[in-house]
Amino acid sequence: MAPKGLDYEHLNENVKKVQYAVRGELYLRASELQKEGKKIIFTNVGNPHALGQKPLTFPRQVVALCQAPFLLDDPNVGLMFPADAIARAKHYLSLTSGGLGAYSDSRGIPGVRKEVADFLLRRDGYPSDPELIFLTDGASKGVMQILNTIIRGPNDGILVPVPQYPLYSAAISLFGGTLVPYYLEETANWGLDVNDLRNAVSQAQFKGITVRAMVIINPGNPTGQCLSEANLSEILRFCYQEGLVLLGDEVYQQNIYQDERPFISSKKVLMDMGPPYSKEVQLVSFHTVSKGYWGECGQRGGYFEMTNIPPKSVDEIYKVASIALSPNVPAQIFMGLMVNPLKPGDVSYEQFIRESKGILESLRKRARIMTDGFNSCRNVVCNFTEGAMYSFPQIRLPPKAIEAAKSAGKVPDVFYCLKLLEATGISTVPGSGFGQKEGVFHLRTTILPAEEDMPAIMESFKKFNDGFMEQYEDTRGYSRM
Amino acid sequence: MRRSVIGGAKRSSLFLLNQAHRSLLSPSPPPLHHHLGSSPSSSATALLLLLRRLSSSSASSPPPPNMSNPVTVQSINPKVLQCEYAVRGEIVNLAQRLQEELKANPGSLPFDEILYCNIGNPQSLGQLPITFFREVLALCDHPTILDKAETQGLFSADSIERAWQILDQIPGRATGAYSHSQGIKGLRDTIAAGIEARDGFPANPNDIFLTDGASPAVHMMMQLLISSEKDGILCPIPQYPLYSASIALHGGSLIPYYLDEETGWGLEVSELKKQLEEARSKGISVRALVVINPGNPTGQVLAEENQRDIVEFCKKEGLVLLADEVYQENIYVPEKKFHSFKKVARSMGYGDNDLCLVSFQSVSKGYHGECGKRGGYMEITGFSPEVREQIYKVASVNLCSNISGQILASLVMSPPKVGDESYESYSAEKDGILESLARRAKTLEDAFNSLEGITCNKAEGAMYLFPRIRLPEKAIKAAEAAKTAPDLFYCRHLLNATGVVVVPGSGFGQVRTCFKMLS
Repeated sequence: MAPKGLDYEHLNENVKKVQYAVRGELYLRASELQKEGKKIIFTNVGNPHALGQKPLTFPRQVVALCQAPFLLDDPNVGLMFPADAIARAKHYLSLTSGGLGAYSDSRGIPGVRKEVADFLLRRDGYPSDPELIFLTDGASKGVMQILNTIIRGPNDGILVPVPQYPLYSAAISLFGGTLVPYYLEETANWGLDVNDLRNAVSQAQFKGITVRAMVIINPGNPTGQCLSEANLSEILRFCYQEGLVLLGDEVYQQNIYQDERPFISSKKVLMDMGPPYSKEVQLVSFHTVSKGYWGECGQRGGYFEMTNIPPKSVDEIYKVASIALSPNVPAQIFMGLMVNPLKPGDVSYEQFIRESKGILESLRKRARIMTDGFNSCRNVVCNFTEGAMYSFPQIRLPPKAIEAAKSAGKVPDVFYCLKLLEATGISTVPGSGFGQKEGVFHLRTTILPAEEDMPAIMESFKKFNDGFMEQYEDTRGYSRM
Repeated sequence: MRRSVIGGAKRSSLFLLNQAHRSLLSPSPPPLHHHLGSSPSSSATALLLLLRRLSSSSASSPPPPNMSNPVTVQSINPKVLQCEYAVRGEIVNLAQRLQEELKANPGSLPFDEILYCNIGNPQSLGQLPITFFREVLALCDHPTILDKAETQGLFSADSIERAWQILDQIPGRATGAYSHSQGIKGLRDTIAAGIEARDGFPANPNDIFLTDGASPAVHMMMQLLISSEKDGILCPIPQYPLYSASIALHGGSLIPYYLDEETGWGLEVSELKKQLEEARSKGISVRALVVINPGNPTGQVLAEENQRDIVEFCKKEGLVLLADEVYQENIYVPEKKFHSFKKVARSMGYGDNDLCLVSFQSVSKGYHGECGKRGGYMEITGFSPEVREQIYKVASVNLCSNISGQILASLVMSPPKVGDESYESYSAEKDGILESLARRAKTLEDAFNSLEGITCNKAEGAMYLFPRIRLPEKAIKAAEAAKTAPDLFYCRHLLNATGVVVVPGSGFGQVRTCFKMLS
């Protein structure tokens, strides 16, 4: 029989190289166990609603009305929906060209992009151009679009933090580029040293790689660290010197759990630096409706804002966006609602604030509970989750455990996480899925399980971990001093 | 009747192949003034670089930037530069500018409004959504109201029931959570049942991948199939330019096969064979065959016999059959029916071991026209578990498609049935839309045929008309003088005179003047 088009041997090699551990081996095993009837606690992905977080009421009211505009004509609609939700629904419908069912402008509904621009002005104090804001089906699609535009071939390098959210490594593989790692320093609170960046770039150049862009995730994923203003200035200066596009993944900007380092956007720092930086450094910033206190992952709503990107490049990016016709319209409305929130005096304001505060305060508490919980376990050290939605404890695996992993044909942290899963039902993502220094092991969990379930979960983890450590420990020392 | 094609079919095929091959050339980097990294094999150079960098870090004023790598048009991915998508290309940009001018200076143009006929976007032109679908979606978006008494008064009983049913299939009833990367299992079960009801052959929910519209699914397949320009994909000409754009974006080669306008845009297997062999002789490994049925922009509905020949051809040549079937519910002629390629293959006795088939469906077309929702799926049959794993992996990087779109896809594949409370109103809405589309297709076809210099094939299906405009010599010369493709020249004149936005035929791969018009 003739070789067939989709034979494994002939698949695009770039596809085969892609790894995405967040929904990889651990998740698949967890799903199998779940089918067999085991209770699984999925902490592998930042998916708040899947762990019981309720959607905010107001946006759901507005979008439901937009879905079924005939409701707006019903005299009884006021019995079911508050006046401000009704008004907002009418507002967003008027911005569309045919309701939720029509393709919008490929960059997103102009009126919503204007609302995003207004939000950015309020947040940063600098005007934003709606023409340079593109709405996307989730921030991930935007990241992929931009990386695909930058990467020409294997000699193009992208600076990516290690550990990183593996969308970046996956996208770079898919587009045939080269990932140039820069290591975050765990002992310095996952800090970033600009000298490390310089070394990384030099080493890459030595290998014939042209570094084109730098990714920062702020707050970090999986690490949670919030970058200081000084750090951001250094990074921007570095990008200016090296002619790199800065890709600022800021999807967790509303998830901040300490007060020493509030969120400050790359755009604000860049503009504050003034010329020549503010006029020259190319920056693309990403945001989403999936995180923060909204957690509307399933809507697939996001945007990116371009700063100092030449008009012709913007045209090309627009062209590619137009092939996909338009981002989904309901999510665009979620985005509008997120950036253009209720005001004091609005009928639904009190409830909205109550719901939002409730979620954020609980996340802050849970960040602390988890960090402390991990730190109370044998051979586990955990930096505090300053921001985002994850805990990334370091697991100091004894040599015997590493050997056992090897015999089982597994990477050590995968081995540990599988054992954890089988013993407790807690489904995590092994640190190797995010990248880490050689010989150092971590796992990532989310801080999303319900607050009332947390003590039991941490108890369960501790029991497993301390038992595991006892089983595999000997006097030869641990995996890392 | 002999075709008097401007430029000839050959030129268009050359044009398309050249487009793909251009991706081989990468632009030379702009002149570098101080970047030493261009000869990195020298360790002395690297050391010099490091020293420069260390000294510059202590400089008080910002050193001159390294301008060699900014993201300029000279230095972005050439495949991005390569690809084109005329459906939202130059004419649309011009239209948007004219629209702004109309707003700023009403009455300044010879028309009052811009009429966008370039894109299959029914609800933007006044088509109403199907009530039942929107009821279910609204309830799923805001399930809190399901418990309220008032809801019974505002929503039909069966939409409430369906919403409950769907929510019960979603863990925690959380419509805001990322789902399984292939889409919610229960919804895939519903879609599989819908496919079985349509075709009479079973469908496996694990073969279904729900996506943000059919287009991302097409991209996924192109990504999988294309490793380099040596990988070719057979595409119909004229074609919906998603295919040419996607192939260019992934660095592959588009291998055109020509539909015959004289025979109602017929597809001949002999033509497929010819193009396949020619491509192979040039060292191209042809991986797949794209068939759009009903066709876009041509609207033809394939005869079952034709489909059997195509299936046979793909099986024999080891090609993946990519069946774009998004217009399966848009058929306007009683003598033609939609038969899915899966059904045809199965009725020939061909199973998973015989044929690699990917079928694409969307919520954007049909009678539902829910373009803005971005809902769709691909059903993949006939490939190995290892390959399926790779597809799943690529799907998982994006986590999942939007939930509302997933729900809608399941509704489209399993609408109200006889006996359901909403069945009558649903049927009336559906029939109303389809009958109107059929009437408009006929009206426009007749109108075009009555105009000077224009002939137009019947639109058997889909949403477009693709009339042929015989441009006079003087017009062609004027276009050449303006350095513009003749059909683009005509379409621009049309837009400036009337505000009507259409897509020039060259956007679909035919070097002749053709329109595309939403009927």
